[in-house]
Amino acid sequence: MNKQGTLAAERRRKTIMSVVLAVICIIYVLPVLSVVINSFKVNTYVKTDTFAMPTGEMWAGFANFIKGMTFGNYPFWSSVKYSVLITVASTALILLFTSMAAWYIARVNSFFCKVIYYLCVFSMVVPFQMVMFTLSKTADQLHLNTPWTIPIVYLGFGAGLAIFMFVGFVKSIPLEIEEAASIDGCGPVRTYFSVVLPMLKPTMISVGILEIMWVWNDFLLPYLVLDINEYRTIPIHIQYLKGSYGTVDLGATMALILLSIIPVIVFYLICQKHIIKGVAAGAVKG
Amino acid sequence: MKKGIFKNPLRRWFWLFLGPVTAAFAIGFVWPFIQGIYLSFCKFKLIRNATFIGFGNYLSALKDASFMHSFWYTALFALTSLVFINVLGFAAAYALTQGIRGSNLYRTVFFMPNLIGGIVLGYIWSMIFDGVLSRYGTSILMETKYGFWGLIILMCWQQIGYMMIIYIAGLQAVPEDMLEAARIDGATKSQTLFKVTIPNVMPSITICTFLSLTNGFKLFDQNLALTGGQPFIIQPDGSSIKTTEMLALNIYNTFYNSNSASKGVAQAKAVLFFILVAGIGLAQLAYTRKREVQQ
Repeated sequence: MNKQGTLAAERRRKTIMSVVLAVICIIYVLPVLSVVINSFKVNTYVKTDTFAMPTGEMWAGFANFIKGMTFGNYPFWSSVKYSVLITVASTALILLFTSMAAWYIARVNSFFCKVIYYLCVFSMVVPFQMVMFTLSKTADQLHLNTPWTIPIVYLGFGAGLAIFMFVGFVKSIPLEIEEAASIDGCGPVRTYFSVVLPMLKPTMISVGILEIMWVWNDFLLPYLVLDINEYRTIPIHIQYLKGSYGTVDLGATMALILLSIIPVIVFYLICQKHIIKGVAAGAVKG
Repeated sequence: MKKGIFKNPLRRWFWLFLGPVTAAFAIGFVWPFIQGIYLSFCKFKLIRNATFIGFGNYLSALKDASFMHSFWYTALFALTSLVFINVLGFAAAYALTQGIRGSNLYRTVFFMPNLIGGIVLGYIWSMIFDGVLSRYGTSILMETKYGFWGLIILMCWQQIGYMMIIYIAGLQAVPEDMLEAARIDGATKSQTLFKVTIPNVMPSITICTFLSLTNGFKLFDQNLALTGGQPFIIQPDGSSIKTTEMLALNIYNTFYNSNSASKGVAQAKAVLFFILVAGIGLAQLAYTRKREVQQ
């Protein structure tokens, strides 16, 4: 009797919690929803009727999206193109070279390796503001200020976390597998690409997710390094829309924000499991 | 001996395996860092005509009222957001590990804002806050307290899901037999939570506390996009203080304002900022090490 009573109470408690969570969930998606409704709203109503549905004379159709394409004296698709280029190239470069370096560091473990390793760990606690001025000047001097060369800057500044995570994983791989490969006649390069690299896959995914999220959303580094008149990434483009004071077209801004978060949300829904795992693995970074 | 067979051939491939990262790391981190330290002791407009002036920049930085204001503002912000984000993140994680139907969906939704970049987040929320505040004839740019609490709400929305993920991992690692023993001994739900569950997830609590603290101190994009430091007050001596400007933004503004003579001061501020953030990082390391020894 008593036990049944507590079970019923338990069930009731769970139902209440489920309802509470559902309500919080709806509140949680409201900001995104407000971006959606305001991207279809005539600009003058965005500020006065932010939370109203875009009906009647407020309805702008796709005018905001069309206007947004060339808004801010810069074609939006160019910034999408450069964002994709920089993100893909930087992530690929970081994954390939830091995993190779991490394997070398973990296996050779010479004095120089230790120096590099501890410098990498150290670089994780250095905030970007510390190096932003000198880094942007150095990148300028070395002509690393284009979307095709900025991945080298990302490789340098982002190496810390990647090396740290890869070295941790390589150390857990038994040496015997690589030794067997080397006894069978594999040179270091072949051992790396056909034996070590496949084993690194889970860490590759975690590091890759972290780097993609970082580079895609990064604002200050590309803003300071790239030639802004020619090359803008999506965050820079959106900052520029608001940066021109006075006549801010909020409707068009929201349309561009919507366009820029749709791919992120789709990517998240597809790789959700990997993203959450990768982010949890990266929590070591202070 | 056994190791030697394998180690020596690999050493010969140094330039391929370690070379690219070493070169990029030198360009992207080591050289800018060393040059940054040096320049913080110099007066300069361009790097090539820097002249050494000792600790002058540091004194100017510490005497700068806007810098000190941004330090206290940032500290207050970091601590406030730390409390809100961690309490709510833990509560969400606790609720989602109770076996409620739909937990996976809720987890997906709570984590989602974490993927949106800081600049975009700032503009989304500035539209929302202005939508509410315009009804009262004001704006988020009009009052410091709006900017402060606005940024807290924004950061909660973004970070709760992230901390929740770490707390869920911690909660799932709490030994089931301990919870069962507490249940058999007649502990109530809240007794079990405070006496068994929370002590067992202390490592996650430490990680999340330090993470939200450093995130709070390093915040830049969201600060820039939401208020950009507005509103500002004019000081008696004519200089102005941006009241919602945090440390990172203050450093940025000192570097790139029209007064190019202040670059040395900005670099000194950046070094102080680095020492502060690295200090928090080292405290975290020391604390986790100590705990590992105890356990």
